[in-house]
Amino acid sequence: MSSNWVEVCAADDIDEEDVIRFDHQGRTFAVYRSPDDEYFATDGLCTHEQIHLADGLVMDDIIECPKHNGRFNYKTGQAKGAPVCVNLRTYPVKVEAGSVFIAIS
Amino acid sequence: MTHIVIVGAGECGARAAFALRERGFDGEITLIGSEPHLPYERPPLSKEGLAGAEPPKYVAGAERYQAARISVITDVPVEVIERKRKFVKLAGGRAIQYDRLLLATGARPRVFEACENAERIRMLRTHADALAIRALLAPGRKVAIVGGGFIGLELAATARRLGAAVVLVEGLPRVLSRGVPEEIAAVVAERHWREGVEIVCGARIAAIEADDNAARVLFADGGSVDADLVVVGIGAIPNTDVAAAAGLLIENGIAVDETLRTSDPDIFAAGDCCSFPLTHYGGRRVRLEAWRNAQDQGTLVAANLMGANEPFASVPWFWSDQYDLTLQIAGLADNAETTVRRDLGDGAFILFHLDGEGRLIAASGIGRGNAVARDIRLAEMLIAARSRPDPAALSSPETKLKKLLAA
Ligand SMILES: Cc1cc2nc3c(=O)[nH]c(=O)nc-3n(C[C@H](O)[C@H](O)[C@H](O)COP(=O)(O)OP(=O)(O)OC[C@H]3O[C@@H](n4cnc5c(N)ncnc54)[C@H](O)[C@@H]3O)c2cc1C
Ligand code: FES
Repeated sequence: MSSNWVEVCAADDIDEEDVIRFDHQGRTFAVYRSPDDEYFATDGLCTHEQIHLADGLVMDDIIECPKHNGRFNYKTGQAKGAPVCVNLRTYPVKVEAGSVFIAIS
Repeated sequence: MTHIVIVGAGECGARAAFALRERGFDGEITLIGSEPHLPYERPPLSKEGLAGAEPPKYVAGAERYQAARISVITDVPVEVIERKRKFVKLAGGRAIQYDRLLLATGARPRVFEACENAERIRMLRTHADALAIRALLAPGRKVAIVGGGFIGLELAATARRLGAAVVLVEGLPRVLSRGVPEEIAAVVAERHWREGVEIVCGARIAAIEADDNAARVLFADGGSVDADLVVVGIGAIPNTDVAAAAGLLIENGIAVDETLRTSDPDIFAAGDCCSFPLTHYGGRRVRLEAWRNAQDQGTLVAANLMGANEPFASVPWFWSDQYDLTLQIAGLADNAETTVRRDLGDGAFILFHLDGEGRLIAASGIGRGNAVARDIRLAEMLIAARSRPDPAALSSPETKLKKLLAA
């Protein structure tokens, strides 16, 4: 699988236990910084309705959708209960020279 | 094998059925509903679902019920609960034995008494209702909506999107009088006005009439509004008839205790049909008509049907979408003594409601898209934690609510 590292932002642009939205070539992603200071990325839209997850709340390893509080584990993409039942796709992330990159395949 | 029977195949009944399996219940589950469909989501019926209409947005596809071994019986109401011998009787006569019973029968629209039963006079609760309303909404058509609550206002917004003219008639001096602060209701009303909805408040309606070609709202002062369709949205009443006939305690809904158990220890009730003591508000008895409450109670009642005996302790939470505005409310504001406003930019704002002791008891917000969602969610957590946040911190958008929660 060929993947393509894309620069998202400076590592400091995302607060700890927070998320930002990242749009790239017509696609939208959510990029997270966990409370233990690791970075993760998933598809940007909730699988229940097409809602940007980056407006939601990060709690530990959970992102909660702002619209109806559907929950996902953003580290694995796993849907954690109603009303969401379809998992999120996740993407590899790396931090290099103070910048966050995600691998978009 | 233990058999759990669920009466009412709506949001709450379906959630409870799945939650039973998620918690490892291995017995038999039967979900019985009077509508012809598998459980579907009602909120879209007045929003984008009305514009799109077919099919309804199902809570889960047929294959998920199968995989979870949930038997679903649709299109048949339960008519009798025989408590002594522990079975329910369906229309048509079939009897189904239960060990534990869950009533999740929801609510139905309140009927306006001086109102004919006609094609062109409608209420909105089911997918079938939405289809009938949708068929009469188009450019060049006019709809008169009776009732300035959430369903009426959402329908007004959707009708405008579909190009229909809208008059909305409310009996009280303003829209959204129940549970929504005036400052927020004013934003909603102003937006409707700008979108071309005519709002008439303080109206005294004498009657609603219709014939094959038109409908009409008649006012006590002699005036009237002509329309192609009248939709009445004046609230809902809980479906308690079967429970009442079985002798269960009814108090503005099927009365349950904090574990959602009715006056019969083998029968529970949850969702729009039940009234329950609200833990965070001194145990006062309320009945909510809210989607997440139906979900949360469905999840908790599943545990209690299996004997967990856990109290229900969620903070009420509600949302409404109109045009590109979303309103969210957490908690109950009616005992508030002070209100603090936080502006979030782009017109979005949140009102924090504090009681006499400075405790946060509710938060109501409105803004475009999900502008208020995160702060309302954090407010909900602050309410659950019974915290007394510094009003200055609440009003300043620079202070992250997450910090207050950690404090
Ligand atoms: C148009 C509309 C828009 C809404 N929008 C929002 C919103 O934006 N936000 C929000 O928070 N909430 C909203 N709600 C409220 C939300 O949909 C309800 O709170 C939720 O559906 C309640 O779920 P329930 O399962 O308790 O009841 P219901 O969804 O009413 O389901 C109960 C089911 O039981 C069936 N039933 C009743 N009696 C029997 C019987 N004797 N035998 C068999 N079956 C029976 C009924 O036919 C029904 O199918 C909206 C509701 C409507 C109608
Ligand atoms: S859109 Fe995310 S939970 Fe509904």
